[in-house]
Amino acid sequence: MITLDKLREFGADVDEGLARCYGNEALYLKLVGKVEDEPNFARLKDAIDSGDKDAAFEAAHAIKGALGNLSLTPMSNKISEITELLRAKQDADYDTLLAELFELKDSLAELCD
Amino acid sequence: MNDILRNRTAKRCVLIVDDELINREILGNMLVSEYEVVYAENGKDALELLKDSHYQFSLMLLDLLMPVMNGYDLLNIVRSDPAFDALPIIVMTQESSAEVDSIKAGAADFISKPYNRPEVIQARCARIIDLYEKKTIISKTETDALTGLYSKEFFFEYIRNIEQAGTDIEMDAMVLNIEHFHLINEIYGRSEGDSVLRTVADVLHKQLDGNIWIGSRTDADTFYVYLNSLGDYQKLADAITKETSGISHIPARIRIRMGVYKDIDRNDTPENWFDHANLACNQLRGDYTRQVNYYDSDLHDKQIYHERLIHDIDSSIANKDFIVYYQPKYSIQSEEPHLRSAEALIRWQHPELGMISPGDFIPLFEGNGLVQKLDRYVWEEAARQIRKWRDKYGITVPVSVNVSRIDIYDPMLEEYLLKLLDDNGISTSDLMLEITESAYSDNASRLIEVVNNLRKKGFKIEMDDFGSGYSSLNMLTTIPIDILKMDMKFVRNMLKDEKSLKLTELVMDISEFLDVPVVAEGVEDIEQLNKLKEMGCEIIQGYYFSKPVPPEEFEKFIEKEGGSQK
Repeated sequence: MITLDKLREFGADVDEGLARCYGNEALYLKLVGKVEDEPNFARLKDAIDSGDKDAAFEAAHAIKGALGNLSLTPMSNKISEITELLRAKQDADYDTLLAELFELKDSLAELCD
Repeated sequence: MNDILRNRTAKRCVLIVDDELINREILGNMLVSEYEVVYAENGKDALELLKDSHYQFSLMLLDLLMPVMNGYDLLNIVRSDPAFDALPIIVMTQESSAEVDSIKAGAADFISKPYNRPEVIQARCARIIDLYEKKTIISKTETDALTGLYSKEFFFEYIRNIEQAGTDIEMDAMVLNIEHFHLINEIYGRSEGDSVLRTVADVLHKQLDGNIWIGSRTDADTFYVYLNSLGDYQKLADAITKETSGISHIPARIRIRMGVYKDIDRNDTPENWFDHANLACNQLRGDYTRQVNYYDSDLHDKQIYHERLIHDIDSSIANKDFIVYYQPKYSIQSEEPHLRSAEALIRWQHPELGMISPGDFIPLFEGNGLVQKLDRYVWEEAARQIRKWRDKYGITVPVSVNVSRIDIYDPMLEEYLLKLLDDNGISTSDLMLEITESAYSDNASRLIEVVNNLRKKGFKIEMDDFGSGYSSLNMLTTIPIDILKMDMKFVRNMLKDEKSLKLTELVMDISEFLDVPVVAEGVEDIEQLNKLKEMGCEIIQGYYFSKPVPPEEFEKFIEKEGGSQK
């Protein structure tokens, strides 16, 4: 069961995220729970695997927007890094970056269980 | 306007378009207390909702990057459809570089992601909705519903915009007017009148599109046009006359008046430019030979001069700068002509402008009704003078005074005159009333009623300027009069051309038929006098005897008649 304290531990800017939800704690926590099912994670992985940087950028960009709104800072930072690399169409070790992102996502999912 | 009123009683409806559920829900949560919130996952779904008449959206919040149909595409579709002109769109984006592009594409505002505090977003949404609703109200009064031309306020506002943009193109101000438009409405019905007005606007478009121009219908039948100089406006006037005269049920030609102020003075205000054009337009009133008149500064000087005269009339009455002159009238049928009466004529000895000719101020004051003040002034002066001479010489010289059209409509006229006579101790037969024949064409039944009442009290009525304008035999038989004053042009020309002589004889015949004496004005020499005497004319007025003179000078005529000071 996710709580505000657990999110704080995770490194989220809970105050900011909660404010964005107009102080609605239930909504905030519910939406954090939706991150696990966010379809763009799968789209991002597929695009990276197939080397389609444009599609990867679109998916990363969408994830970045949603995570930013929830103020999930560690994940936001990671996805921002990936998004900017993809925007510039740079070659990078995307597999490692993605693995780090998914690790964060998994640990968030654990908190939510 | 109805839509806005409806929205005021219900919650306004907001459409959120974003493919990310998390974003949709966070944003919706911010707005749900104030608005009814509807969601769409992509541009295609959003478009369907927008076209669904079940919803009346006050605002769309649009994400740019979405699958199926992205925000840019939707923005372009919506902004090119006039049906959505009143719908503001706020674009939501993570990219500051996209902000300018979306504003250019027609977005009203943007919200960046991650979202700002809810209060900020709520305030922005409210502001944009308010702005667009006001804009919609404004756009409804921005144009005249009938012609599609600008309303007067917007017309001047847009002129200022054009001018602010800085241009040195020669521009003109034009005012267009339809003669007797109210008659078109009355005779053929309002819808015919409306189609005339619409046609005028259509012709303006046909003739002027391609020029720099904007137009306004400022009044029922008055159009203002601001345009780059055309040179000659007759072609435009002809085109309007031709098109409007082809309208279904109106057989008569539509007459228009056009006043143009060419090459406007940019140091002056747009309102003044159109005042100038208006002045030129009004000058055409009653002129059936011209349709286009150009403003010039002489016209302007004349206007300023007239304003000065209007301004000064009261102080000049108070200071007695108006002087009443008297011109003698002589009976000529006896062996020796003898003084019979006098006509009172006003002169203006202006303290700064000097002597002003009655021809300069009488028509002006007749036009605006101020002549009533002058008339009363003359009546009072004349009544006092009649009494003064009677006291001084023991002789009563009846004096004719002018009664203008406007006096006829004054319900206090009779009462005022009787009190005046009473105050001076003179009788109704001493103050004769001259009514110009053109007053008849105005409101015949009113005139007849007033004249009848005055005659019952003993006043003598003179028909002035008979033969100058709208004389009709019918008028002469219906208006009871006591004296006919023949227009002076008959006398002036009767020895020069046969036609004038015949007309003079005709007037004499009419007077005989009516059994009233004729006064011949403008008699200058003995030949004219003898001819008139031969024709049976009884009374003569003119330079042959004397020009109009101040009262002191007039006294010599009284003395010649044997009037001696008591």
